[in-house]
Amino acid sequence: MTDSYQSYLPAKPPHPTIETQPFWDATAQGRIDLAKCDVCGFIPFYPRLICPDCQSTSMTWTTMSGQGTIYSYSVTRAGVSRTWKEHLPFVLAYVQLDEGPMMLTNIVDCDVDAVEIGAPVTAVFDDTGEGTAIIRFTPLN
Amino acid sequence: MSVRGVAHIAGVFEHPLREIPEKTVPQIHAEVAVGALADAGLSMADVDAYYSAGDAPGFGALSMADYLGLDCHQLDDTETGGSSYLLHVQHAAQAIAAGQIDVALITLAGKPRTGGAGPGGSARFSSAPEAGFENHFGMGVISGYAMAATRHMHEFGTTSAQLAEIKVAASTHAQHNPGAFLQDVVSVDQVLESRMISDPLHLLDACVITDGGGALVVVSEAVAKTLDRHTIPVLGTGFGFKGTNSGRVDLTYTGARTSGAAAFDEAQVTPDDIDYASIYDSFTITVLVTIEDLGFCEKGKGGEFVLDGALQAPFGKLPFNTDGGGLCNNHPANRGGMTKVIEAVRQLRGEAHAAVQVPDCQLALAHGTGGSMATRMGSATLILGRDQ
Repeated sequence: MTDSYQSYLPAKPPHPTIETQPFWDATAQGRIDLAKCDVCGFIPFYPRLICPDCQSTSMTWTTMSGQGTIYSYSVTRAGVSRTWKEHLPFVLAYVQLDEGPMMLTNIVDCDVDAVEIGAPVTAVFDDTGEGTAIIRFTPLN
Repeated sequence: MSVRGVAHIAGVFEHPLREIPEKTVPQIHAEVAVGALADAGLSMADVDAYYSAGDAPGFGALSMADYLGLDCHQLDDTETGGSSYLLHVQHAAQAIAAGQIDVALITLAGKPRTGGAGPGGSARFSSAPEAGFENHFGMGVISGYAMAATRHMHEFGTTSAQLAEIKVAASTHAQHNPGAFLQDVVSVDQVLESRMISDPLHLLDACVITDGGGALVVVSEAVAKTLDRHTIPVLGTGFGFKGTNSGRVDLTYTGARTSGAAAFDEAQVTPDDIDYASIYDSFTITVLVTIEDLGFCEKGKGGEFVLDGALQAPFGKLPFNTDGGGLCNNHPANRGGMTKVIEAVRQLRGEAHAAVQVPDCQLALAHGTGGSMATRMGSATLILGRDQ
């Protein structure tokens, strides 16, 4: 990772599996790499190595642009575990990447009351301190 | 194969308490089992099939059948969250239709209020394929439903005041239920002024957290004929799974679209025929979207549908959750499916509270929702009738 970034939210190290290791390796380099089906072109999210659309096992890790738009969101203000309590309020969202896949994430470095559906966002890579990053997004404007 | 009318609900029991610190979860399972069997006029020795879900501790149905001392030849531990118990009724009806069983017992119990953790083993969830991609963002149960509400408002203009009408109707019913956890009638303004938990859902948009449980006894027609109790024929059953569609998420509809269509088709009735509906109400948005998906109104028109007391018994156009529902009465083990069936049976037997009993209730619907709204969910619908 060139410039180590940390948001104000917890970034616990993930538990990569033999199926998802390349995804997590890419996060350390500041990239979103997803497995794209060589046969039908579909990019499932979360990544998996058997295409859920055509059952091909020929999947190639492909780098996404890191740009997307907010599909929906919620500002969480209460009712969370102790780890998250001190970070309230925070924004949970589904972001649709420009390439199509939609992922659960947080919107960070923003005015929580100004978040909107349809707003363009760009990925930030929240350093876990253990060679991986949690992918969050921040408004472009 | 249709299972229309082959199975009857002969016994139901809702645990009377909402806080049960002095008993274990297996004890509560046993108490509700005994209660439902007594309601049916049957005993534990009559049970030849047992059904439980993720709230059953240990090895699930195996552990509980052993604890209960059952001698049965069919067990089913199908886990679809809060909708499990309605799906179990469908499974029992299928087994009865196949001639495999005659008396099925279905139980639910849990104590999230006084006993700590809710159902579902954390070890099981941490090895889920989605775990690494969803666990890092501070998502609580309510937030998933809140995002569905945000999107519904964006696409269809639904408002927080419309969602609040659902809670108002539930509270209007709960005032007549002495067992209800919350018995005070609330106004739209009170809902809107309650603490915001996860925008746009307030504290009063959410169900209660209660200890408790419930049980159902489902029997063959042959057994039903031997009982004194007024039994309730299962006329339609349906199940629907809805997931993230591999990253093509659509938060605006639920598996109720599939489960409702199947149940109406099997029962050979339409939404207009339904006299009473028990609709899963983990949150107000759950009810609104489900009403649309079951076909009670067009997609996107749920907000208008719930206005003007539409959900209030006995004379609203779709009286719902007359026990006060999960929003006010009871949401035992964080799972509301069991109590949905129980209140539907009370309505069809004419045993709901007089203030909320739907006159001449002939046809009722019960709907369960399990999992996370629109993203990894199991929806189950039952249509129940009256013995002729």
